[in-house]
Amino acid sequence: MISFLRRQGYLLEYSLASLARRPGKHLGLVLVYATLVFLLASTLLFTQSLRQESALVLAESPELIVQRLLAGRHDLIPASYLEQLGTIRGVGERYGRLWGYFYDPAVRANYTLMVPRAAPPAAGEVQLGAGVARARGLSPGDYLSLRSARGEPFSFRIAALLPADTELVSSDLMLLNAQDFRRFFDFPADRFTDIVLRVRNPVEVRKVAEKISLALPDTRPILREEILRTYDAVFGWRQGLVFVLLTGAMLAFVIFAWDRASGLSGEERREIGILKAIGWETGDVLRMKFWEGAALSLTAFLLGYLLAYVHVFHFAAVLFAPVLKGWAVLYPDFRPVPFVDGLQVATLFFFSVFPYTVATIIPIWRAAITDPDQVMR
Amino acid sequence: MPLTPAILALNLASLTQSLLLVLAAGFAIQILRHWDLSSGSERQLGLERRTYLIATLVAWVFGGNLLSLLLFVYNAEQLSTQFVGAMCATGVLNANPWGWPTLGLKISLFFAGAAWLILNGVDNQAPDYPLVRPKYALLLLIAPLALAEVTAQALFFTALNPDLITSCCGSLFSPEGGGVAAEIAGLDPAVSLAALALSGLALLATGLRYWRRGRGGGLFALLAALTFGIALTAIVSGVALYVYEHPHHHCPFCLLKSGHDFVGYGLYVPLFAATALALGAGLMEVWRSAPSLKAIIAIRGPRLAGLSLILFALFYGLATWLVLRSNLLLLGPI
Repeated sequence: MISFLRRQGYLLEYSLASLARRPGKHLGLVLVYATLVFLLASTLLFTQSLRQESALVLAESPELIVQRLLAGRHDLIPASYLEQLGTIRGVGERYGRLWGYFYDPAVRANYTLMVPRAAPPAAGEVQLGAGVARARGLSPGDYLSLRSARGEPFSFRIAALLPADTELVSSDLMLLNAQDFRRFFDFPADRFTDIVLRVRNPVEVRKVAEKISLALPDTRPILREEILRTYDAVFGWRQGLVFVLLTGAMLAFVIFAWDRASGLSGEERREIGILKAIGWETGDVLRMKFWEGAALSLTAFLLGYLLAYVHVFHFAAVLFAPVLKGWAVLYPDFRPVPFVDGLQVATLFFFSVFPYTVATIIPIWRAAITDPDQVMR
Repeated sequence: MPLTPAILALNLASLTQSLLLVLAAGFAIQILRHWDLSSGSERQLGLERRTYLIATLVAWVFGGNLLSLLLFVYNAEQLSTQFVGAMCATGVLNANPWGWPTLGLKISLFFAGAAWLILNGVDNQAPDYPLVRPKYALLLLIAPLALAEVTAQALFFTALNPDLITSCCGSLFSPEGGGVAAEIAGLDPAVSLAALALSGLALLATGLRYWRRGRGGGLFALLAALTFGIALTAIVSGVALYVYEHPHHHCPFCLLKSGHDFVGYGLYVPLFAATALALGAGLMEVWRSAPSLKAIIAIRGPRLAGLSLILFALFYGLATWLVLRSNLLLLGPI
């Protein structure tokens, strides 16, 4: 065992020395290789952190949301439904929510107006998300004027800005109290936007949903786990789409690697010839070349991964963000939280190191079986 | 089919691996037909040279297969959020009839590959390459296995339909899942743990005999294969319960999660490696009478068996410790 390791150590040492003798030749390959890893890793790291973030946000959301449907479209739900929902066993807490969207022509963006359940702002006051505040150039104490549903101007005093660390979900948010909300939108007094239910026992959630759809056939219950599942699928699908698009780049890289490995210079051929003449076997040459490939792969992989990490977590993935997270006027200034896992690294391996190795095996073998007399003559 | 990078990677890897194995199988046919070490013809020289290529290719294919086995389980684990009733990888593998066969084929491919590489290592030590024909005949058997694996995997992924929100109604259209693995391990933990202990003792006895006297290698390999099966059953029906400290949680994959200190790797890696080494040693024994291999196998076989015993000991040690340290009481007086 020890002699085996020592032998591999010597071969590695030789390969590194051989790489160091011709740095220019390998630099191009390492750069292309690292760029491929960078592209793939950026996609993976960024989407993974979006996925994490959405799971964290949704972890606190209610287990069940009940919406009323009218002709297949989302409609306001009568407050009387709250009573009926209360009779279902297993439902802990229930309350109606008031929220809606408002298009502000001044910045050509949609705001989300919402009445918070706990500590709503005083009458005539609002709390603003950072995105809205940025777009309108507002700070606490300023006034925000908007046109209500009846065409009357409405002035809100900005009581506070929402904390920056919630920006992913609060960027376009405007919090106000229920009376202001109803007056602003001319919202019927006996209606809510939707109803939220808390179900203590997770095993009962589906049963409760089933009972709701029987008791109130014009509603649709939406489960938190379904929202999570859909987000997961959407992010996975976006990642996959980018990967499919990058397959072209990967094929080009495979061809490049194949070409590089087959085009041995005369000097390299002579080197292999001499090695074989002094007693190296074909297997040794193959092993030496394997270590050479491993060193190149490791360098390119680490370089590409490191660059992707910096790109995603320090520069907020400027290159890919529009594709992967979607696009909006009031887009949150979002700093992804670093998250690395084995699945990502293994996936990256199969998209970079694996094709590289497969592409170079045959050229390397061709070089290794060269007869010494053929090249030295 | 969910279009995630991990699924693309798995399909890509399996496809490449089976293509390479088909290539190798084509060469194997040539070897079986034309191999003649006594000849100095150009064809024979070409064949000899190409054996290096095939050995390298096969080594890479099996290395990649090992990694893709891990990725497959990891991926199933991550997909579990997208299926109603799936709590972990088990639920996803149950999602359609192709899940478990794919995993089984991947594991068989791993053992077949390890055995082939061990055989190749022994053959390369002998000057007259006495195992060339059996080795390449074996490769002809492995190639269909790889093709079956890539097909089963593709069928598994294409038949996966995540339960997503439909526009008309959220929950009603998601079918109720069948529950986790439907308690595949209804086996009494006392029985499975006793079987595990007994097979361990039998394995130790035959292993030590083979290691010291060089006899009974075939029996050792057979017992190792049996122990492997028993060990997997015991993990599912007994050891897992102790790790989770829950009398009905049988999942063999949750052991790999961080919440259980990744103990799964500590159990599976030595178990798989030990079984592979034992199978390799046993397979070698078939050719122990070949004149040029006699001396090599007499040294290598017991050495592999010793290494295999050490790894089995690691597995048994960890499994025993997991049962002892647990707060769960399943057996004996409470």
